[in-house]
Amino acid sequence: MSLQYDNDGALHAKLIEDVLERYPDKTAKRRKKHLGVARSGEAPGEDGAVVSECEVKSNIKSIPGVMTIRGCAYAGSKGVVWGPVKDMVHISHGPVGCGHYSWSQRRNYYVGTTGIDTFGTMQFTSDFQEKDIVFGGDKKLERIIDEIEGLFPLNNGMTVQSECPIGLIGDDTEAVSRKKAKEHDKTIVPVRCEGFRGVSQSLGHHIANDAIRDWVFDKKEIAFEAGAYDVNVIGDYNIGGDAWASRILLEEIGLRVVGNWSGDATLAEIERAPKARLNLIHCYRSMNYICRHMEEKYGIAWMEYNFFGPSQIEASLRKIARHFGPEIEARTEAVIARYRPLVDAVIAKYRPRLEGNTVMLYVGGLRPRHVVTAYEDLGMVIVGTGYEFAHNDDYQRTGHYVRNGTLIYDDVTGYELEKFIEGVRPNLVGSGIKEKYPVQKMGIPFRQMHSWDYSGPYHGYDGFAIFARDLDLAINNPVWDLFDAPWRERPRRRAIAAE
Amino acid sequence: MPQSAEKVLDHAPLFREPEYRRMLAHKKLNFECPHPDQLVTDQREFTKSWEYRELNLAREALVVNPAKACQPLGAVFAAAGFERTMSFVHGSQGCVAYYRSHLSRHFKEPASAVSSSMTEDAAVFGGLKNMVDGLANTYQLYDPRMIAVSTTCMAEVIGDDLRSFIENARDENAVPRDFDVPFAHTPAFVGSHVDGYDGMVKGIVEHFWKDRQRSAAKGTINIIPGFDGFCVGNNRELKRLLDLMGVAYSFIQDASDQFDTPSDGEYRMYDGGTRIEDVKAALKAEATLSLQYYNTRKTLDYCQEVGQETAAFHYPLGVQATDEFLMKVSALCGKEIPEAIRLERGRLVDAMADSQSWLHGKKYAIYGDPDFVYAMARFVMETGGEPSHCLATNGSSAWQAELQELLDASPFGADAQVWAGKDLWALRSLLFTEPVDLLIGNSYGKYLERDTGTPLLRLMFPIFDRHHHHRFALMGYQGGLRVLTTILDKIFDKLDRDTGETGVTDYSYDLTR
Repeated sequence: MSLQYDNDGALHAKLIEDVLERYPDKTAKRRKKHLGVARSGEAPGEDGAVVSECEVKSNIKSIPGVMTIRGCAYAGSKGVVWGPVKDMVHISHGPVGCGHYSWSQRRNYYVGTTGIDTFGTMQFTSDFQEKDIVFGGDKKLERIIDEIEGLFPLNNGMTVQSECPIGLIGDDTEAVSRKKAKEHDKTIVPVRCEGFRGVSQSLGHHIANDAIRDWVFDKKEIAFEAGAYDVNVIGDYNIGGDAWASRILLEEIGLRVVGNWSGDATLAEIERAPKARLNLIHCYRSMNYICRHMEEKYGIAWMEYNFFGPSQIEASLRKIARHFGPEIEARTEAVIARYRPLVDAVIAKYRPRLEGNTVMLYVGGLRPRHVVTAYEDLGMVIVGTGYEFAHNDDYQRTGHYVRNGTLIYDDVTGYELEKFIEGVRPNLVGSGIKEKYPVQKMGIPFRQMHSWDYSGPYHGYDGFAIFARDLDLAINNPVWDLFDAPWRERPRRRAIAAE
Repeated sequence: MPQSAEKVLDHAPLFREPEYRRMLAHKKLNFECPHPDQLVTDQREFTKSWEYRELNLAREALVVNPAKACQPLGAVFAAAGFERTMSFVHGSQGCVAYYRSHLSRHFKEPASAVSSSMTEDAAVFGGLKNMVDGLANTYQLYDPRMIAVSTTCMAEVIGDDLRSFIENARDENAVPRDFDVPFAHTPAFVGSHVDGYDGMVKGIVEHFWKDRQRSAAKGTINIIPGFDGFCVGNNRELKRLLDLMGVAYSFIQDASDQFDTPSDGEYRMYDGGTRIEDVKAALKAEATLSLQYYNTRKTLDYCQEVGQETAAFHYPLGVQATDEFLMKVSALCGKEIPEAIRLERGRLVDAMADSQSWLHGKKYAIYGDPDFVYAMARFVMETGGEPSHCLATNGSSAWQAELQELLDASPFGADAQVWAGKDLWALRSLLFTEPVDLLIGNSYGKYLERDTGTPLLRLMFPIFDRHHHHRFALMGYQGGLRVLTTILDKIFDKLDRDTGETGVTDYSYDLTR
């Protein structure tokens, strides 16, 4: 049901020109490289075909003072990759703030008894004081690890998530971790994810991946024999339960998910990963590194997939099934057929309420491209998209999704995003908490595409129904028609009451 | 298949469906390598014991679930309370993303701030270039009236000097020579967000007051609110009271409009805030009053240095704290407290009298910022309640002593304990071993409510999981009425829940209470 459309490339090019004019010359020159309009590639068509080219520079330092929306390496490691591993204690090592602001904010759902055998929604910090900066924090870290062992004995390991000062004062968290791991016979992983490293969250993902390679893999004898259909799900953080809504499908087609990285994961699931037959990677950006490593070292193939929206779910399920042969392929067709009535009913209900609405996205990781088809499945049109921390390979992949004329913005600044939204006036913006309220003040419906706006899951067939419902309730709420006082009313569109 | 288009189930009901419960049980059993259930249950019970409490309170290094944030958050909040002021935080950029998110999640409002985006090379060579380029970009892009500079811990550790950096930036024409760029060093490894607030407010007034002649204007006062997640409601309520009294006052730092902009189609990056002209004029005030002493210690010292009288309060809410505040204002400004306010006071007291039987003897645990905890303990005692545990992770020994004095002066404080520097994991042990009826704090308290069953009242920043509370005042007599009603609602809701079982407990499910 692929939607055919072109976007207004001329308008978008003009908008780019306009925002650049506002910058000091030097800054304009640098920003120019990150903004672009997608151009038609080869003819759109089969699965995997390139439909456009998004030639923007990426993964470059943010410019000071422009209000980048990016985060830091710590956010990429503690916030994204490691934080969801539920049976480990993640120590935010340094001052109190980083752990505080990232406390319970990613919605990585898990099942467990928090504070007893799982620790996901807790904030463990070394709460650095001036004396720790001056004299170093290694002794304190040793003591912290001992105290965690005393108070939380059912932890299955720890990570030490370095905040900015650690790398600057020359602490040796590796030595402490090694010593204490031996003493307590536990896995203790030091992660050098100081916030000043790299240009965004992205290096934090990479460092976190490397820490798994260096401090988890091959450290223990793993008594696990893989079956023929054993897979790992990599790069699903179970936000609002995404990984669960995915897992249920993979199990239905006959696969065994022996590890989920890292939403709702235990350390055991990470440790055993090299024994699986295939790595299925959802968030390519944050976890491709470890997949490449597992391929090289353990010979495990990896495959990207996309569980947003029925078109991509079907295509992905079939692609995965092909890897495993006729038996799984047959089961997959049965699963697709079983869910078809749900998909048809969701589209029948919501497409008429959403058809033709335009959407701008600005997110991180995989979503600026992965969700595009899910919107299109509902008849919506993506007019602009961009990434906080993408690399070149992400923009290449984006060409498989977005149409000719789409506005592309890398590491967008607050100013640019506001002007682009003003100029395009989309019917919906999907971005983060920092962007939510400015956009809504303009009278434009908004959904948070990091946290699913406290809803979700959005993955899988079950998630697609929720996604469709949420777009409907965002766009068709009557509040958007109330913005103008009647004594200075301008005609506006009408809301559609919920059914 | 649990999902349907007719009735879409999101996460809350969806994962309770049998398909998912089976799947999750299967996952746990086969892939998670969990501890045996008995071990988990035993450990869970152990954490409720006095023995665990002693271990827990004996911690020397580990901090778990602290109720405090870091200095720059306070500085960013403070800067938001001045006319067209952009916060510029010098250091790593991720921090700024965190402050903005944190403030937006509480206020449900935009929160703007920029970073100088320092990376590894700046760690080696210093962040001067980032400061110069950054100020130029911010000035040109966001059209601020003032840029307020604070620091992340990265910039503090490498020792960047804001004063000279800003001078350098002026020399390089990043901003015009006379453009206002006040600053505060806000190391995250010292104090907490309340100190960052203090530092930034002091930085701003010092920027405008330094080396100026002061001729005191009799009977005029300045009000510094302190870091207050309820500033939207509180500041407006206080202005109403001060206007009723006819006082000449000026708020120094007022984020009430910035964090409560209307939805009318226009996004206002800046709204309200203390006007720069008013900050300058505030030097002349006879006195500066702080609504939260522990948020403003350095600023008040500076106000005294320039010759102002100062007075400090602890988040004036409830009867006597509001009395004291108004009487101090009255004495300083030579204005009578009008009859209308006396009647308001009477209405709050009336409400407290109406409800006293439900409140007398109730035990509370209160945590939060030092002034807030002091205020709540005091108000709770006015209602006949007992503040059994008073905890401030960012409370000092001076705070502890001052609060202890308040508690000692009331029979309702006889059994109270003050916990300075402790965190919410410590409070968990306290609640298990010495339970209370109600817990007063912020959204983070919901984990304590879940684990210990103590009903939680969200009355302090940050409140993420309830909406709009911050739009209503807690300070003053009107605010006291709101706090009173909030407490009572919680008590009555719980009583109704506890007595609501048909044919079992519902004899006590009274219509009138």
